[in-house]
Amino acid sequence: MIEINKLEKCFGDTQVLTSIDLRVNRGELVFVIGPSGSGKSTMLRCCNRLEEPTSGSILLDGEHVTDCRGRALDRMRLKIGMVFQGFHLYPHKSVLANVMLAQVKALKRSRSEAEARAMEMLDHVGLAHKASAMPSELSGGQQQRVAIARALALDPKVMLFDEPTSALDPELVGSVLKVMKQLRDEGMTMVVVSHEMNFAREAADRVVFMDGGVVVEVGTPEEIFGNPKSERLRAFLSRLQPSGA
Amino acid sequence: MSNFIDLFFNLDIMGQAWPLLFKGLIITLKLCAVVIGLGVVGGLLLALGALSPRRWLKWPAVGFIDLFRALPPLVLLIFVYSGLPFAGLDLSPFMAVVIAFFLNNSAYFAEVFRAGIQSVPKGQTEAARATGLGAAQTLIQVVLPQAVRNVLPDLLSNTVEVVKLTSLASVVSLSELLYSANMARSVTYNSSPLVLAALIYLAILWPLVRLISRYQRGIAVH
Repeated sequence: MIEINKLEKCFGDTQVLTSIDLRVNRGELVFVIGPSGSGKSTMLRCCNRLEEPTSGSILLDGEHVTDCRGRALDRMRLKIGMVFQGFHLYPHKSVLANVMLAQVKALKRSRSEAEARAMEMLDHVGLAHKASAMPSELSGGQQQRVAIARALALDPKVMLFDEPTSALDPELVGSVLKVMKQLRDEGMTMVVVSHEMNFAREAADRVVFMDGGVVVEVGTPEEIFGNPKSERLRAFLSRLQPSGA
Repeated sequence: MSNFIDLFFNLDIMGQAWPLLFKGLIITLKLCAVVIGLGVVGGLLLALGALSPRRWLKWPAVGFIDLFRALPPLVLLIFVYSGLPFAGLDLSPFMAVVIAFFLNNSAYFAEVFRAGIQSVPKGQTEAARATGLGAAQTLIQVVLPQAVRNVLPDLLSNTVEVVKLTSLASVVSLSELLYSANMARSVTYNSSPLVLAALIYLAILWPLVRLISRYQRGIAVH
């Protein structure tokens, strides 16, 4: 589904990612963990080219993401949904208009079709009753669920989550994780960068541990949390104590 | 006291001068419409140029903005009207005013738009691009509406400045409001037409100024 080959990223003289290889299969939920500054988010942002990889390739269903230019890149991004830490809903548009915009302007759906799809997706994340609200009237958890609906409405093949719950108050995290769990159960392919270790244990098919811009260890949640092989992973997990790891 | 009213608030003379002043007002309004329209469009394009990562776009735009913000508009106007004919470019007063004020005004609008665009968080652009919107769609649908809302008081202030600026056109004998009023004054030997012109400017601009104050208070409260 997604194939990352020898991905490298430098910011100026600083090497942020070094030879990242990763495969994500259809319907799989891959969780990416690691200390801050380990390159997790940068790797994720390379997958839809919000960051430009320095070298290496990324393929989605055998198509090169890394070679796309202009309109072809815009079309490729339609297949890759992304959810941000800061939600980034459009504050000047209603919830419904947020979910409709790219459907109409990028996918060229008719307004009625886009609206129907938007309402369906808002219902899916439990917020159909907020369709006419403005984003500022919603809690952080609700905003994030709208952001998820906005991405889902474009029928992406894969969803990328960049620390989707890090900006939320603890009591609001659950509602977002519930939606993500539901998505996984429906067979969505997902790559999640997050610090929610309990969620990783419960929902991830595989866990990737990154540190210092390299993939240090990949395994099932049981392997990663129950039987960490590398010293760096053990150190990382022990620092998370006593929060449950 | 009655002498004072006779000289400055003479209703008879104001009535006589009104047809002339009305013609002048129409020209002032036309001038405003053209200069503001061109200024907004030109300012937006200049702002986009100044924010562009492409050097060949960025530096000419920045140079243009700096130059015409620094040049006094009256100097520009007299240069365009009286200086350019030496180069064989003879312009009507109206065209000269439009060109001079467009240069000045688009530079000011460019600065306002630039501040507005920069006030929109980068995440907005990223979210839009990540959903497959192109650069132009992102600008029109996501960035500009927020940018304009963020700098609306400045855009309105600039518009007020343009309306006031058009009175400079009297210097090149364009028969706009002030020029007409001054003509009427010299014909009637009475200052009432000038007072009438001032009252007309006030009637146009005072509501705008009030609106801006309310906006700015509103922003301060939030």
